[in-house]
Amino acid sequence: MKSNNKELMSFKKRLGNVKESPYIFILPYAVLFIMLIVLPVLVAIGLSFTYFNTIEIPKFIGFKNYVDLLTGDSVFLQHGVSNTIMYSLIVGPVGYMLAFFLAWMLSQVPHRVRTIYTVIIYSPSITGPIMMSVVWKVIFSGDQTGYLNYWLMRLQIINEPVQWLQSPEHLMPIMIFIGLWGSMGVGFLAMLAGLLNIDKTLYEAAYIDGIRNRWQEVFYITIPSMKPQMLFGAVMAIIGTFNASGLAATLSGGTPPPQYAGWMIVDHANDFGFIRYEMGYASAITVVLLLIVIIFNKISYKLFGEDK
Amino acid sequence: MANIGMKFNPQKFHRNQIRFHIILIILSIFMALPIVFIINNAFKPFTELFAYPPRFFVKKPTLENFRLLFNFSAESGIPASRYLFNSIIVTVSVILLTLLISSCAAFALSKLEFKGKVTFNKINTLALMFVPVAVAIPRFLIIVNIGIFNTYLAHIIPLLAMPIGIFLLKQFIDQLPDELLEAAKIDGAGKWKIYFRIVLPLIKPPLVTVAILTFQASWANVEGSNIFVDREALRTLPFYMNTLVSGSGNIVAGAGMSAVAALIMFVPNLVLFIILQNKVMDSMAHTGIKN
Repeated sequence: MKSNNKELMSFKKRLGNVKESPYIFILPYAVLFIMLIVLPVLVAIGLSFTYFNTIEIPKFIGFKNYVDLLTGDSVFLQHGVSNTIMYSLIVGPVGYMLAFFLAWMLSQVPHRVRTIYTVIIYSPSITGPIMMSVVWKVIFSGDQTGYLNYWLMRLQIINEPVQWLQSPEHLMPIMIFIGLWGSMGVGFLAMLAGLLNIDKTLYEAAYIDGIRNRWQEVFYITIPSMKPQMLFGAVMAIIGTFNASGLAATLSGGTPPPQYAGWMIVDHANDFGFIRYEMGYASAITVVLLLIVIIFNKISYKLFGEDK
Repeated sequence: MANIGMKFNPQKFHRNQIRFHIILIILSIFMALPIVFIINNAFKPFTELFAYPPRFFVKKPTLENFRLLFNFSAESGIPASRYLFNSIIVTVSVILLTLLISSCAAFALSKLEFKGKVTFNKINTLALMFVPVAVAIPRFLIIVNIGIFNTYLAHIIPLLAMPIGIFLLKQFIDQLPDELLEAAKIDGAGKWKIYFRIVLPLIKPPLVTVAILTFQASWANVEGSNIFVDREALRTLPFYMNTLVSGSGNIVAGAGMSAVAALIMFVPNLVLFIILQNKVMDSMAHTGIKN
């Protein structure tokens, strides 16, 4: 009886130890994280070396997918990669600078109006590109309901309606425009909050040390003081732009869009993965995308990371 | 004169701010236009939607489009309310579970000592960069293999691993003074008590932020309905709205309905953000990536 009690006690104690273990706190997230992020990335890398049509067992084919992708897939190279890079290189940095510029202006107006501006400026990024294409589609529409055509014709800039969404040369600029319009997301909020929390005495000190104008102030004090937020914003901008997909198809009303205009890497991956069921090949595409994103993130870490 | 740079977060209006206001007002109008447009379109009667010349603002507002949307869905076999119900169930579960799981993990990653903590933090920051589409296929395979394909869980589970949530919460918890937790420990509080009694109440602002981000991710998520579920009755509102917008084909009947659909998707997001934006800004203050 006594020893039983002792055992029970030690069991309870061990249970208590388990309950108090830090690993218990992290366990649920760690399981999900490994299951939904780490493992899928590894599986994607693995699948990218196989031929896999979801029905048969994946067949190992070495680097064939990558070779095909980088040498034989003209749609991927001419449209997917170039469109994605172009979209990202414009929407990313321009949106990012716009976010900083707006946040910087917002930080210099009083609290109450700032709140109103912030809500309005942030709102496009929560509408979601697909839903918003409901609006843009009507505005850029080529028929008589199109607003842009109507306004341009009234102002006599153009004489006949332009098929904005059906012509390959117009689709990409429109996508970039919409991308910029919706780019004030979490990164923008972080930058604004970062700006508002810079220690004001830094500015006082700087003025005593002889900083003379706003430009110097921005470059020598503001940006260095909010490097972590700048980096966060950059990472968010990179992910946001490289993740873009489906915009061209939604706007033009068809997959693929006319002459693959605005066709993105993610569109290409979705096409091969979920329409043609060539999962191995689609995985190779996503691995390439992941590598591109990592490279761009490395660059922004170089630019904004704190010097060690 | 030495005051030029001291106008961050000013208390009241000053003449110098006028130029900022001019730019901000113009930009705000530009940003808000499509939203104003969608609100107007949702209430436009048929004749105004296709009037030539097109008019931006609604003249005779009507609820006709709303009625059309709900009638349309009733005819298609599954009422819109079913999609709405699914969306609400999924979104609420995702938010609650994410908050619980993320705050526990963030607490451990910030204040508790254990092996592998530094590595895990590094991997999690690295995971911020990760593109969800890149793993849609393996995720699909995993969802099928753990046997939750075609269940509500297929909507919920993929959204639970949210590196950015952990990241925001951890950075906020890092700011909490260690002395506070030490004091509780000396008073005999266990880790769970510290977590529930001290940490949770103090991290409300970032929890709100994570809740909003989760809401946005979940409310608009179509991946689940597109890939992880193939039973119509289990699909969610955004999927339905998308099919309505793209699938209804004839743009004539679709235009008003899609405006209503977009409005239904957008308004909860906006209202939530307006109500909670102060807390969001509070929690963002110390957010950032430090190498």
